[in-house]
Amino acid sequence: MEEPRLTQTTERSAMIVPMTSPPEEAEEDLRRSDVDEWGRSERVRQVIRTVYEPIYSKWFRVEWQNFDRIPEDGGALLVANHAGAVPSDAPVIMHGIESRLGRPVYGLADYFFRSVPFIGTMWSRSGGVAARPENAERLLRDQGQLALVFPEGTKGPSKAFADRYHLRRFGRGGFIEIAMRTGTPIIPLAVVGSEEAMPILFRLPAMAKVLGTPYFPVTANLLAMGPLGVVLPFPVKMKVSVLEPITFDVEPGLERYPRSLVLEQSERVRELIQEEVFEMLKARRSIWRG
Amino acid sequence: MGSRVLVTGADTFWGGRVIQALESDPSVEVLLGLGEHDPSVPFDRAEFVRADQTYSILHRLVQATKVDTIIHTFLVSDSTLAKSRALHEINVIGTMNLLAAASASGSMVTNLVVKSSTKVYGANERDPYWFTEETKRSTPAKTMVERSLIEAESLIADFAVDRPQTAVSVLRFANVLSGGLTTPITQNLSRPLCPVLIGFDPLLQFVSAEDVVRALEHATRLKLRGVYNVAGSGRLPWTEVVSMVGSRPLPLPSLHHRLIMRPLTASGLYEMPTELADLLRFGRGVDCSKIEATGFRLRRSSAGAVHAFTEHLRLDRSTGSDPIAYRYEHDVEQFFRHSPAVVDRG
Repeated sequence: MEEPRLTQTTERSAMIVPMTSPPEEAEEDLRRSDVDEWGRSERVRQVIRTVYEPIYSKWFRVEWQNFDRIPEDGGALLVANHAGAVPSDAPVIMHGIESRLGRPVYGLADYFFRSVPFIGTMWSRSGGVAARPENAERLLRDQGQLALVFPEGTKGPSKAFADRYHLRRFGRGGFIEIAMRTGTPIIPLAVVGSEEAMPILFRLPAMAKVLGTPYFPVTANLLAMGPLGVVLPFPVKMKVSVLEPITFDVEPGLERYPRSLVLEQSERVRELIQEEVFEMLKARRSIWRG
Repeated sequence: MGSRVLVTGADTFWGGRVIQALESDPSVEVLLGLGEHDPSVPFDRAEFVRADQTYSILHRLVQATKVDTIIHTFLVSDSTLAKSRALHEINVIGTMNLLAAASASGSMVTNLVVKSSTKVYGANERDPYWFTEETKRSTPAKTMVERSLIEAESLIADFAVDRPQTAVSVLRFANVLSGGLTTPITQNLSRPLCPVLIGFDPLLQFVSAEDVVRALEHATRLKLRGVYNVAGSGRLPWTEVVSMVGSRPLPLPSLHHRLIMRPLTASGLYEMPTELADLLRFGRGVDCSKIEATGFRLRRSSAGAVHAFTEHLRLDRSTGSDPIAYRYEHDVEQFFRHSPAVVDRG
């Protein structure tokens, strides 16, 4: 068969199939919002920070210890204890770091949020990311971001007031494996105050089942303040202590790491945070004034 | 000696575009298009062969023409185009016949490129935000379009193992935005009001039709092996896409959207198949580093694809859509290709 005459072919396909490549347009010029690939929007965060600032500095009067241990750049996995029916620790940590360092913090949490209308979208815009290893690894290794995890998961916030400040099991140590695989440091955070900010008196498992939520708490706030208690925590003094960063002496990038090592390290991090929490409680003279 | 290429779905948008792109490639010696209906775009030198959806004729064709490359563009990923049963026939039985013909004794096929879809990953709240080619779906496939694509892909994977002398590549494309291509997404976006599920604003990824064709050409030229994701970089919230194309959100409750959508879909204004409703709740992102590592660069990001589509919509609104009419006349095409009277077969 004869070779086609290139000129004619191009002309004709240009008429029917425009195959021309336009000059590369800057992505930002085309965008209408600043929502990033995780769903986080810096503008939404700014609004939230403006609204949250009085709660952070006036209501909770948050105090940090060894804040300078949080790196100004590069990836790090922040690991904290988690408590309170609607936990105040997550917004406090994210607000504190973002307003002081000016770098985003992505909060890893149960994918359950994604299926809830409005709340799921707001959660995502304000820096919430579903806690999947793939997500954490992309954030830490490929993008050098700060990611915040609560290895206790919903076991932390759902525990009764009687068990306050006793850290629950740290899952199966998934966060250790993520840190090992991505070669990023773990920075343990011990938080005091979130237990008393919204204490759970008892739980209604039947309600949780009906609503499809991980747990359904009846809080002291609910009894004291009525419906407002759903969102309003008590004005306790909140303290966050940043522990020494932990790095693991293992080769990064492996598919899996010895289970015994992972669980051992997971328990080690849990104990470090638990001890620091107890130390902070020993020094605490008042729930309200710290 | 140049390559001898067979393109399936030559009567569809994709087959037509791929053939038009390959016609200007001098290394393609023979170009055959296989399709059920008349081609919708004119071909310069490609020969068109009519076949039923499941390609019963293919065995003979592969034997007789000794094609060495098959580009399978006729996997249907839009469930509004065919009924559930037909989807199965086209995607699964069609692919099965195609693979049988390609692996029969006497077949010279050394390269198979398949156009699939990222729909095989589904869309679910448990998903990672970025699927790699190896990531498993979070939940089993519910819809026939997803099931049939997955089944077709698994047939192809088996074929690749059984016939190592053939380079088999499967390209999974994200949702395509392009003028001239009607999918549930482009249809909804082209209306003044576009369905949005209340309380959900998922992050979506898009690819332009131009990049789809370029990726298929790339995979053919390099004889790639394996599965590759192809999507524009970046992910956009659905409401942002709606606003970029100049439409406004039409809020629908996420639980009973089907009931409310029924009159709207029946009127032909909108489409909301199950897989799209899932996508509009949870979105989907795919990681394309694997195909980028083979040297492929997409021309358009997700935002770029939306932007190009917007320009097409604006043009359409200003001029009224008037697609260049083309009617395939078998005798005329045959005359120009084979009559001794034709001196210049350009």
